[in-house]
Amino acid sequence: MENLEERDTLASKYGMWFFLFTEILFFGGMFLLYSIYRSKFPHEFHSAAQEENLVLGSVNTAILLTSSLLVAISISAVKKGRNGVSAVLQTCTVFLGAAFLAIKYFEWHEKIVRGIYPNAPQLDQMSNGTKLFFGLYYVMTGIHGLHVLIGMIVISFMVYFTLSGNITVRNFSKLENTGLYWHFVDIVWIYLYPLFYLVT
Amino acid sequence: MENNGSREVSFYHDTGKHHGILAWLLSTDHKRIGLQYLAAIVLFFLVGVSLGVLIRLSLISPGTFMGAETYNRLFSVHGIIMIFLFIIPGLPVAFGNFFLPIMLGARDVAFPRLNRFTWWIYLTGATIIALSVLLPGGAPDTGWTFYAPYSIEVKANVGLAVFGVFVLGFSSILTGLNFVTTIHRLRAPGMTWFRMPIFAWTLYATGWVQMLATPVLAITLIFIVLGRVFGVGFFDPSKGGDPILYEHLFWTYSHPAVYIMVLPAMGIISEVIPVFARHRIFGYKAVAYSALGIAIVGYFVWGHHMFTSGMSDTSRAIFSFITFLVAVPSGIKIFNWVSTMYKGSIVMNSPFLFAVSFIFLFSIGGLTGLIIGSLAPNLHLHGTYFIVGHFHYVMFGGAGFALLTALHYWFPKMFGKMYSERPAKIGWLILFIGFNLLYFTMFILGYNGMPRRYFDYPPRYHTGHVLSTIGSWILAVGLIIIFANLIRALFKGEKAPSNPWGGGSFEWQIPSPPPHENFKERPVLKDNGH
Repeated sequence: MENLEERDTLASKYGMWFFLFTEILFFGGMFLLYSIYRSKFPHEFHSAAQEENLVLGSVNTAILLTSSLLVAISISAVKKGRNGVSAVLQTCTVFLGAAFLAIKYFEWHEKIVRGIYPNAPQLDQMSNGTKLFFGLYYVMTGIHGLHVLIGMIVISFMVYFTLSGNITVRNFSKLENTGLYWHFVDIVWIYLYPLFYLVT
Repeated sequence: MENNGSREVSFYHDTGKHHGILAWLLSTDHKRIGLQYLAAIVLFFLVGVSLGVLIRLSLISPGTFMGAETYNRLFSVHGIIMIFLFIIPGLPVAFGNFFLPIMLGARDVAFPRLNRFTWWIYLTGATIIALSVLLPGGAPDTGWTFYAPYSIEVKANVGLAVFGVFVLGFSSILTGLNFVTTIHRLRAPGMTWFRMPIFAWTLYATGWVQMLATPVLAITLIFIVLGRVFGVGFFDPSKGGDPILYEHLFWTYSHPAVYIMVLPAMGIISEVIPVFARHRIFGYKAVAYSALGIAIVGYFVWGHHMFTSGMSDTSRAIFSFITFLVAVPSGIKIFNWVSTMYKGSIVMNSPFLFAVSFIFLFSIGGLTGLIIGSLAPNLHLHGTYFIVGHFHYVMFGGAGFALLTALHYWFPKMFGKMYSERPAKIGWLILFIGFNLLYFTMFILGYNGMPRRYFDYPPRYHTGHVLSTIGSWILAVGLIIIFANLIRALFKGEKAPSNPWGGGSFEWQIPSPPPHENFKERPVLKDNGH
C-alpha cells in the first residue's frame, strides 16, 4: 500500500512549518501576558526573579542547545546513509531532554517546598506582582516542559524508524520535521531563559 | 458530459479494507470524512435550534417554563453548541472536505490520515462538551464567551466545557493546515492560483485564520482551566490579574473566528450565483483578493467587542476605524455578486433562492454591524438585543443560509439523488419569513433598550418578545420542511445526473456520487474554469 502512494516531502514540510506557526501563536499568548504584567509590575518582577537559580537555568540552556546540535548532526548522518550513528545521536538527544526535565524538576521542587506555587498560603502573602511572576514561571516553563516531553517521545519513535529502515537516505522528511520541532522547543527556551533568569 | 454513474463504482460501494461502521470511522477518504462531519454538524445545528426555540419559549412568559438558572444554562449551551460544534467547523469540514480536493482536481487532501485524525478529535471534543452539559454539577452558565473571573469561580462544569472547546480547537487548526497545504500542493495541471474556484480561495483564507487565531484561544482557555484547577490568577483581580485581558485574548481569536464562519459561506455563494445566473463571476480577482483582505483586516478589529469594557478613547477610535475598513472587502463581494446576476439569465432553483437570501440577510447583518461599530451608537446598543439580532443575521443569515445553499447545491453530487424542488422552495419561503420576524424584531427591541441575556423584562417589551417567539416557530416549521424534503430525497429521490445545474468546476465533470479517488486520470484545466 505504502509504496503506491505519492510522496510529497515538500507538502509535509509545509505542514510542519504551518504547525510551528500555530505553536508560535500559542506561546505568543503567554509571552503577551508576561510583557503586560511585567510592564505593570516591573519592580516586583525584578525582585522575584532573584529567587531563580541562575546556575541551573544556565546549565539547562546549555543542555538544550547541545541537544539541538545533536539532532542537526543526526539528520546529516542519515543523509550520508549512516543510520547507526544517527540513531545514537538521537538517543543522546532524548537523554539530554530527560536531563533538562530532571533539572527542571529540582528547580520546581525547591520552590514548592518553600511554599512558592499558585494558591500557596506563603505566596498569597506576597505582592500581586510576585504572584503573577511565579504564576507565569510555572505555566510557561510547565507548558514548555510538556513540549520537551512530547519531543522526547517523538524522537524515540524516530530512533526506532531509523533502525528499522523506515527512515532512509531517500526518505528522511519525518526526521527532518522532528528536528524542526525540536529546534522550535529549543528556541522557546532561548526566550524563557532571559525572561525568568536574567532579568534581575 | 452525460451521466456515467452506472459505469463507475461510487465511493459508497468502494469501502476499502474495512467494513460496516469501521469503513466510515477508519476511512481516510475525504468524501467519507466530509459526510460524517456533515451528519454531525447538521445534528448539532438541529440540537442548537431546539435549544434556541426553548429560549424563545421562555421569553414569552418568563418563569412559566423554566427558572432563571436553567435559562442561563440554556443560552450558554445553545451558544457553545452552535459556535464551537456547528458553525466554526461547519462549512469547511463538511463541504470543504468533500469538495476542495475534487474542485482542485486532486484525489484527496494533502494529509488524508491527519484528516481522519481531526474527525476523531472533533468527536472527542464533542463528547467532552456533551459530558459538561450532562454530568452532575450543572451545565455551564457563563455564556459561550466564558468571561473571567466568573468562569473561574463558578461551580458549574465550566472546566470541562472549556477543555472540550480546547480539544475542538486542535481539530480546527489541523483542518486549516491540511487545506492550506492541499491548495499549495495539489492543484491540477493548469489550475493556477487565479483559476481556482472561489470556494477554494475562501477556504485558503479560512485555513490561515484557523491556524493563526485558534492557538490564541487555546492558550486563553488553558489559563481558565489552570485558574480553576491550580488557582493561577492571571485573570483574577485579587491576585493582580486583569479580567479585561481575558476579553482581549478571547476576542483576538473570536473575532477572526467570525471570518472562519463567514468566509467559506461567501465562497459557496460565489460558486452558486454564477452557475444559476448563467454568467461568469464578475470581478473574479476582486472576489478572491477580498477574501484575503477580510482575513487580514479581520485580525485587527477585536476591540470593537469591548468598547464598553474599559478601553482608552484612542484605542476605541482606532478599532472603530478598522471595523469600518473590514466592511469594504465584504462590500466588494456583495457588489460583485449583484453584478454577476446583472444581465444573466437567472434560473430560480432552490440553491439560488438560498444564495440570494444570503446576500439580503448578510447585508442587513453587515450594515447593522457598522451601526454598532461606531462608538456613540455602540454605547447605547452594546448590551441590548440589537447585538443579538445583528449576530444572528450575520451567523444564521450568513453562514447558516450558506449551509442550506450548499446542501441544496451539492446534494445531488454528494448523494446521487435529486430532491423535490417545490417543498424546498416552500420551506425556504417559510424559513425566510420566520427568520426575519424572529431576528428583525430583536433590532427594534434592542433599539428600545431591551437588555440581552436577561431572563425577565418590563411589560413594555412583551409584544416584541411574543412576535419574535412566533417567528422562531415559523422558522422551525421552515427548517422541518427543508430537512424532511432532503431526507425523503435520500431514500426516494430520483437518480441525479452528473451535472444537474450546468456547473463548470471539476466536481460536475465526474459521476454523482463520485467514485473512490474522484478521477480516473488527473484532470487538466483548459479554460479558465469560472
